[in-house]
Amino acid sequence: MCLSIPSKIVELHPEETSITVDTMGVKRKVSCHLIDEPLALDDYVLIHIGFAMNKIDKADALETLELYKEIAQKMEPES
Amino acid sequence: MLELKQLYQGFRDPTTIANLSKQIAQQAAKVDGDIRIMEVCGGHTHTIMKYGLNQLLPDNIDFIHGPGCPVCIMPKERIDHAIAMASQDNVILVTLGDMIRVPGSKGTLAQCRADGRDIRPIYDPLDTIKIAQDNPDKTVVFFAIGFETSTPMTAVLIEQAEKLAINNLYFHINHVLVPPAIDAVMADPKVKVNAFIGPSHVSVIQGSEIYRPAVDKYGTPVVVSGFEPVDVMESILRITTQKAANVAELDNQYSRAVTPEGNLAAKAIIDKYLCIRPEFRWRGLGPIPNSALMLREAFSHRDAELHFASILPTEEIEDHKACQCGDILRGLCKPKDCKVFGRGCSPESPMGSCMVSSEGACNAYYRYGGIND
Amino acid sequence: MTESKRKKQIQLSHGGGGKEMNKLIKELFFKAFDNPILKSEEDAARLELKGPTAFTTDSFTVAPLFFAGGDIGKLAIAGTVNDLAMMAARPEYLSCSFIIEEGFELDKLKTIVHSMASEMEKSGAKIVCGDTKVVPKGCADGIFINTSGVGEILQDGISIKNIQAGDAIIVSRDIGRHGAAILMAREGLTLESDLTSDCATLWPIVDELINAQIPLHAMRDATRGGISAVLNEWAVGSDVEITVDEAKLPVADEVKGLCELYGFEPLDLANEGTFVIALPQEYANKAVELIKLHQTAHSGFIGEQAAIIGTVATERAGKVILKTPWGSSRYLDLPQGELLPRIC
Repeated sequence: MCLSIPSKIVELHPEETSITVDTMGVKRKVSCHLIDEPLALDDYVLIHIGFAMNKIDKADALETLELYKEIAQKMEPES
Repeated sequence: MLELKQLYQGFRDPTTIANLSKQIAQQAAKVDGDIRIMEVCGGHTHTIMKYGLNQLLPDNIDFIHGPGCPVCIMPKERIDHAIAMASQDNVILVTLGDMIRVPGSKGTLAQCRADGRDIRPIYDPLDTIKIAQDNPDKTVVFFAIGFETSTPMTAVLIEQAEKLAINNLYFHINHVLVPPAIDAVMADPKVKVNAFIGPSHVSVIQGSEIYRPAVDKYGTPVVVSGFEPVDVMESILRITTQKAANVAELDNQYSRAVTPEGNLAAKAIIDKYLCIRPEFRWRGLGPIPNSALMLREAFSHRDAELHFASILPTEEIEDHKACQCGDILRGLCKPKDCKVFGRGCSPESPMGSCMVSSEGACNAYYRYGGIND
Repeated sequence: MTESKRKKQIQLSHGGGGKEMNKLIKELFFKAFDNPILKSEEDAARLELKGPTAFTTDSFTVAPLFFAGGDIGKLAIAGTVNDLAMMAARPEYLSCSFIIEEGFELDKLKTIVHSMASEMEKSGAKIVCGDTKVVPKGCADGIFINTSGVGEILQDGISIKNIQAGDAIIVSRDIGRHGAAILMAREGLTLESDLTSDCATLWPIVDELINAQIPLHAMRDATRGGISAVLNEWAVGSDVEITVDEAKLPVADEVKGLCELYGFEPLDLANEGTFVIALPQEYANKAVELIKLHQTAHSGFIGEQAAIIGTVATERAGKVILKTPWGSSRYLDLPQGELLPRIC
């Protein structure tokens, strides 16, 4: 539940526990009070009501997308 | 290299959805009887309705829209609390946007604002700090709503208020929990639900493991699912595959964002400031034990329910008898079976929880339904 | 602060009918809106109108007053001129009435007035009468502007009741920019982006469509309520079914981003220089080509993303149907209530 969307980290502001994220060309500062692990530029995070909730596992996302592609290739001859 | 765009487009790809739809049909053909999936979360209801995913599924798969919309399940007396507090002189009531349209027994917060009261819908809870600092002579109340997903943000706000010694900031806590709501739905012997799509943003915070007891207790598959249409379709495929193999397991489709244990930092800060409330009345489902949170005693000096105790109404307010939200939430009937649906009850003047916001089942049917009739 | 450094402000006396008001009118309004009818200073403007005439009025209140891609002044002219243009009426004469809050900075008023003047050049419309009121501090939010306008109708029959089965629906550019730009500029959301409002005068492109003898059935600029509102009004007004192909809707990335963040729909967001056309299918491609090639430098209108987005039928009369790229469809409803960020 609860609207939450992936965004890319474009600036780090460790002194105020916040980061600036970009969502398709819209930039916003969000709090990273809830993230313990180190954050870096170009990481993707999920944003909910002004907070980063966690880091998105890029490798996992890529793997999933790759899997969909493979399924598409396998299914094509049938259709 | 993963582009941000792929995280949107990749999980909305029409070909992938068509493929998943075919695979679901193949698996569903192997299943005797109906697969009745409760998507607990309002966000999933929204995805299913907005993208019309139900139209891409075989006849033996049906959705039951669960109680997972935090504004829908708020009982009217809690909204009356908000209005009572906001109606005091020198009070600023701050809450998240969705809340201000929902009617209590005496109108909405939006109407209260139109009467001249200071009610501020915000997007970011931390904005409340500035409001409280800018208005030292006013009492500022943060009317906190939301499921597990939105809870740690309130906890951070409490922490900031404590650290900065902002003494004019109080909290009215209405944070509710998903697992007890699942129990409440399943407690009815007539209930028809036999699989769950688990709200994954809840699990981003609390981990996928919070649904394991439901899998064990009810023998139903639970698949923690992302919110993009591909995520939801893949989760339905995973449920259908489990049904075809006649197993019931906990599965995590949204592994790019959800771990078994969740966000430990977020869990720690919630635990520091909030604890389980012995009982909370859910609109549509009634009182559910241990289903919500409240401030820990050490922070009772910030508890708006104590500070304003003398003016908060105590009467519980039931919905109209004809309203069948409780049955709809349990999957016992559909919105269209309700006598008041679309007649006395509409999004402009909702009589029950499911009509309140666009995440509610009746509201979604009212707006988007009927296209195939 | 010394008197000389203090920013000049509008005072109650500027609306009092005396010397100060006269000075404001002559030195600011007359200079910027210069034309003989206005300067004749009669109680009412004397106009020569011929043939069927369109007449419209609109009041403009916007927070913030200055936003990426425009300000309240540009909006007040483009808004009324566009309402005339949507009836295929050449914008001719406008009235303009200001309600200004005491203490409003004079420099801001000047900027607004000059942007009104430069916006009028794009259509050739003239302000021929006006009024100024100053209200005590707190009785208005900075400045409110009302404009009314009249213009000669050059092509008859354009109406929300005239949409026919078989018509194509065209949108003139990417949608939702004004609503998104205003939301971004609002205090509290603290967003940054390169997005600008679509605020523009539409008469030059409409004039071109009329000159090309395209038989327009209906036109509407999709202001408050966005494209959703226009299409629903049309479906009811002409008792037809309108089907929109979601994949064909042009939407800028930043508008998509804002919608993702706050749970809005681009179709529900306001536009101030984007219009929807219903016309016979066989003219649709030609109209889109004209809009795409329209010279943008003069009018500020950018039509390169114009697209045919839908069709008209009779089956489910009064309904708008959105066909998703996934092969499903749903009703497209009117937007409801205040636009507030969704959390779920």
